[in-house]
Amino acid sequence: MSRRHIISLLMENEAGALSRVAGLFSARAYNIESLTVAPTEDATLSRMTIVTVGSEDIIEQITKQLNKLVDVIKVMDLTEGSHIERELMLVKLRAMGADREEIKRTADIFRGNIIDVTESTYTIELTGAGSKLDAFLEAIDSAFILETVRTGASGIGRGERSLKI
Amino acid sequence: MAGECLPARRENREIKVRKSAGWLPWHDFLTVTGQNDYPHGFTNELIFYQFMEATGAEIVVRCLAEEGVEFVFGYPGGAVLNIYDEIFKQNKFKHVLVRHEQAAVHAADAYARSTGRVGVALVTSGPGVTNAVTGIATAYMDSIPIVVVTGQVPTPAIGLDAFQEVDTVGITRPCVKHNFLVKDVKDLAATMKKAFIIAATGRPGPVVVDVPKDVTYHTTDFEYPATVEMRSYSPVVKGHSGQMKRAVQMLLEAKRPMIYAGGGVVLGDASEQLAELTRLLGFPITNTLMGLGGYPATDRQNLGMLGMHGTYEANMAMQHSDVLLAVGARFDDRVIGNPAHFAREQRRIIHIDVDPSSISKRVKVDVPIVGDVKNVLTDMLALLKQAKEKPDVAALNAWWTQIELWRSKNCLKYNRNSPIIKPQYVVEKLWEVTKGDAYVTSDVGQHQMWAAQYYKFDKPRRWINSGGLGTMGVGLPYAMGVQLAFPDAQVACITGESSIQMNIQELSTCKQYRIPVKVVTLNNRYMGMVRQWQEFFYGSRYAESYMESLPDFVKLAEAYGHVGMRIDKPEDVEAALKEAFSPALKERMVFMDFQTDQTENVFPMVEGGKGLSEMILAEEL
Ligand SMILES: Cc1cc2nc3c(=O)[nH]c(=O)nc-3n(C[C@H](O)[C@H](O)[C@H](O)COP(=O)(O)OP(=O)(O)OC[C@H]3O[C@@H](n4cnc5c(N)ncnc54)[C@H](O)[C@@H]3O)c2cc1C
Ligand SMILES: Cc1ncc(C[n+]2csc(CCOP(=O)(O)OP(=O)(O)O)c2C)c(N)n1
Ligand SMILES: [Mg+2]
Repeated sequence: MSRRHIISLLMENEAGALSRVAGLFSARAYNIESLTVAPTEDATLSRMTIVTVGSEDIIEQITKQLNKLVDVIKVMDLTEGSHIERELMLVKLRAMGADREEIKRTADIFRGNIIDVTESTYTIELTGAGSKLDAFLEAIDSAFILETVRTGASGIGRGERSLKI
Repeated sequence: MAGECLPARRENREIKVRKSAGWLPWHDFLTVTGQNDYPHGFTNELIFYQFMEATGAEIVVRCLAEEGVEFVFGYPGGAVLNIYDEIFKQNKFKHVLVRHEQAAVHAADAYARSTGRVGVALVTSGPGVTNAVTGIATAYMDSIPIVVVTGQVPTPAIGLDAFQEVDTVGITRPCVKHNFLVKDVKDLAATMKKAFIIAATGRPGPVVVDVPKDVTYHTTDFEYPATVEMRSYSPVVKGHSGQMKRAVQMLLEAKRPMIYAGGGVVLGDASEQLAELTRLLGFPITNTLMGLGGYPATDRQNLGMLGMHGTYEANMAMQHSDVLLAVGARFDDRVIGNPAHFAREQRRIIHIDVDPSSISKRVKVDVPIVGDVKNVLTDMLALLKQAKEKPDVAALNAWWTQIELWRSKNCLKYNRNSPIIKPQYVVEKLWEVTKGDAYVTSDVGQHQMWAAQYYKFDKPRRWINSGGLGTMGVGLPYAMGVQLAFPDAQVACITGESSIQMNIQELSTCKQYRIPVKVVTLNNRYMGMVRQWQEFFYGSRYAESYMESLPDFVKLAEAYGHVGMRIDKPEDVEAALKEAFSPALKERMVFMDFQTDQTENVFPMVEGGKGLSEMILAEEL
């Protein structure tokens, strides 16, 4: 049975490291729903979050293959324990007349912030689990949506559960 | 008349530059250092030069010397000229000039397969690299430790579609264990060290070190580190003790045990431990194509190779075993046939492998043991010797009775009275004439399977072939790499008339370095393996598998300065082989062209999608 997994990993912050991971996924035909990466507080390390879908067997292979990459230091399947997942979305909406109030109310309900305003548009910033961002987009009349940009999920274990070297 | 090597002119232009330091326009810099194949557009760049201990090129060469490298197989070109200049000045290792970069990598790969040490190849940027890729991928699929140093365009030119530029790191990424682009000469020595460590440890594999031309003339203090720390790289060495205890328990409970040993035993130099364990337990054992020689083929407990062209007894025993010990083998699709069919019979599986990703990849395993096979087998032997229980003798006897019944089918029999040379017969005779003690390389096709089935390898690292990628053309360069490593050994290359043509130019290399390999061509005028499939599965429509317009191999061998022989009759086979391996021809490369039966097929055979126990046998046709 296929399930969604969030895999976190620490790797050397080196040119080419990202393409090794991306190349692995395409070469072995694994799914990537999203992939985010940035340096950590230690500039020699990058932290990556990969959201993927697969059966238990495939996820086992994915973590083993990731671990095998020479640049990868540690791998953790966040979905194996309790964790927090966040994604940032920026949405630009057509906002005119009476719609402006309506859009603002919806943004408030979802704890979004309006971060840019023009006479005819709002740009809203929203963070949360991917499902929350999806729900927001569903709540808004699609005719209003001019542009969306999402970062893909970042994840972290709850409490003492950490990915560190 | 050409034909003489020009005398070398030993003048050191760079000495002048070495004394000073400061800023130079790129243009002047290249002129002063004699670099003239740089891309346009850099004349206004300033380059800082401060000449200290060693240039990048010297560092590459000194690192190789420090690693105790004996041979570098390579081919020069613009991007590696500085490195070649340093090779010219040293005598620590020998450079072997091949005739095609693919062969350089194959020869380095065979050197590694036969010696267990890291093989080294050196190629130039662009086409040098793309030619090398087949060699690298071949080594990758069979987990062979090699380091390939590749030239690259100067760092300021990277990404500008410079002359002979390819994205080497990108092109090779999916077929290397790891690769590096060295952008700073200061990182060069440590990178070379890392390359050798990564290639040789854990699950071995090829490592590419891409060195831009400017890095080869930049200088830095040189010190070759004894070792380098890599926090992200630490292969597991020791097996988990709890798992090993469970494994030993399971082995002792077995009624129908089977040991399935692969290339990992050879790569991990664990054949002694494997033999001790197998004999102590009294279990039957089978080898994969890559594992041949890991356990003596002539030993009664060995059921021969398993898989698509494995023996009847090995495949039946594999299918019907109740406890399976897999050692350094990766349940390849050519080995277990249809996995669903394989899973029909209930059996418990113990799997020893240094690479966790090999375990439970294609077949679910009950007791995974991650670790180096030699360590794990040593520890398991100790546990076995301590154990109070003993193998179930009665059950084992019954199991062996069954196995002998399977064995009595004599699945490798063939027509010995044929008036046409049977390929199997040539291999059998080769085994006799070389007293089973030759190094045998092969190409890919039917002849490869006959070599595997009929040359009984009793020692590891004697059988050198491409299993995972199945690369036609490896045979001759493989034989060169082996013969150079073991100058006094008998080295035979069993090949087909199609495969041999894929790297035939290496006959010239054999001439230059007096490499006396013996080529045994099983010439069936067909891409026999392709023809066999077309006969079985495509209604005998032999599309493009007939090898027309073959050269006269005898004349060809002679043209390259070697000995050629053509053998047409079965009664001449033995004499030809004896002559080729006689003291009179010990120093000569001999090309034997055996005209073999065009219609012969490889049996047994497990068709694609079929189960291991559903073999087609010779007699059934
Ligand atoms: C025409 C053709 C026909 C073929 N037919 C057959 C056939 O009939 N039968 C057959 O067997 N093959 C056949 N092959 C070969 C097949 O494709 C595979 O290459 C081969 O079966 C793989 O062998 P292996 O499982 O021993 O693995 P290898 O590729 O040799 O892999 C070795 C395994 O050991 C592990 N390992 C490495 N070093 C160590 C160590 N130190 N400690 C522990 N583990 C280690 C590795 O991680 C890996 O999992 C054929 C190939 C061709 C080209
Ligand atoms: C580079 C490459 N191209 C194609 C193939 C597919 N292939 C496998 S065996 C074979 C025929 C080999 O013919 P030959 O060398 O004459 O050996 P034979 O099977 O006749 O013994 C071919 C074309 C391959 N393995 N490698
Ligand atoms: Mg042929």
